[in-house]
Amino acid sequence: MPILSLDPRVNRLQVEQVPEHQPPVLVPGDHWPSYQVFHQRRRGEKHSSVGIVHAPSLEMAMAMAKEQFGRRGETSNLWVVCTADVLEMDYADEEVFRTTPSKSYRDPAGYKVNEKIDAYKAKQTP
Amino acid sequence: MYGGGYIPAGVEETKAQAESPELLAQFEARITRGEKIEPRDWMPAVYRKQLIRMIEQHAHSEIIGALPEGTWITRAPGFRRKLALMAKVQDEVGHAQLLYSAAETLGKKREDMLNDLINGKSKYSNVFNYPAETWADVAVIGFLIDAAAIVNQVANSKGSYGPYCRALERICYEESFHLKQGHSVFVWLATGTPMQREMLQNALNRWWEPIMHFFGPSDTMSQHTETLMRWKVKMATNDVMRQQFLNIYVPKIWDLGLSLPDPELRKDESTGQWLFTEPNWDTFFKVINGDGPCSRERLAVRKVAEERGAWVRAALRRADARYATPLA
Repeated sequence: MPILSLDPRVNRLQVEQVPEHQPPVLVPGDHWPSYQVFHQRRRGEKHSSVGIVHAPSLEMAMAMAKEQFGRRGETSNLWVVCTADVLEMDYADEEVFRTTPSKSYRDPAGYKVNEKIDAYKAKQTP
Repeated sequence: MYGGGYIPAGVEETKAQAESPELLAQFEARITRGEKIEPRDWMPAVYRKQLIRMIEQHAHSEIIGALPEGTWITRAPGFRRKLALMAKVQDEVGHAQLLYSAAETLGKKREDMLNDLINGKSKYSNVFNYPAETWADVAVIGFLIDAAAIVNQVANSKGSYGPYCRALERICYEESFHLKQGHSVFVWLATGTPMQREMLQNALNRWWEPIMHFFGPSDTMSQHTETLMRWKVKMATNDVMRQQFLNIYVPKIWDLGLSLPDPELRKDESTGQWLFTEPNWDTFFKVINGDGPCSRERLAVRKVAEERGAWVRAALRRADARYATPLA
């Protein structure tokens, strides 16, 4: 039975009702692979990961990314990367970096000399 | 926009505990510390299942939600209103894309989610199964349904699953434009000619029950929300969100001299709680199960879009395409 809609566009489609028992309309892969999108707001700023688009190719992924992540606000540049090409660290390895923030020998704040200098100066003046 | 209050079927908490008490304890401790769960972290099967169901329902609501309002794009009153409505409807479809990807990080393919939408296995918000009969319905949807969705989504954006929170942050930002433009249309009609006011009042009367349904049944009727709240899957109870919504928006409606079709609706100043007549929950469940005024049309349109677009997608598809689960 054709559907009578309030939307003239839907009526032009001449849509039939969905039968009760639907075979799957889509098979895996129909909606293409995914791409990771990186967005730069202004020149000079860094590109940041903003999300994902599905596309058949890098070029189409870029077109999708412009539409999805550039339609509002400022955009200066975009990168797209095929998700399958990204190597992600295992979150279980997070532990390896746990002590990094406390490695003061790698940090400018880990080197305080003013006390030494003051003490030296105090000793020099009779 | 979204009505996420209703998550059918309960959580089987005991099953989660049986999986691995040690990993479960670590998982829960991470959530308690306010840290996010990321896609390839260990998580209880029940957490994964409920999140997929919830994010998927949310995505379906966005993509189907584009249809009732889309009804009026061809007949929007004026160029600016038309531009705004097209932008809003495009945003809703964009939200669906973001959300399908967030759900995909949990292991369900986008194609499978769309199949389950079309075959009726997974649900979407009831409100989109109602028709937008007039331009005033667009005002009510844009103002009040989006407002309700914001209450829900702002709460969920503080949840525990990283990709969902990130998607919601962007979505909430765009929804605030939807709400503002909806409010603008609403105020224009409310302060317009007697005929415009009448049109708006009629639309409000039609939409009040679906709006009261939006956050889902009362907490006394919903099951098993405790675990979902502890895992920060669900961030506020249905009743709490409904109260928040009523508290902000009912005064704004009354302010314009419009009425709502519930003689019991009022704020109890002693408790700060809103009192109202319970909407008919049988209707709610009937619509959820696919028997709403526009349910068949909505799914049929979705199915046609997938079927008739298949040749384009196939033509563009490359033989060497490699699938990988989206990162986040």
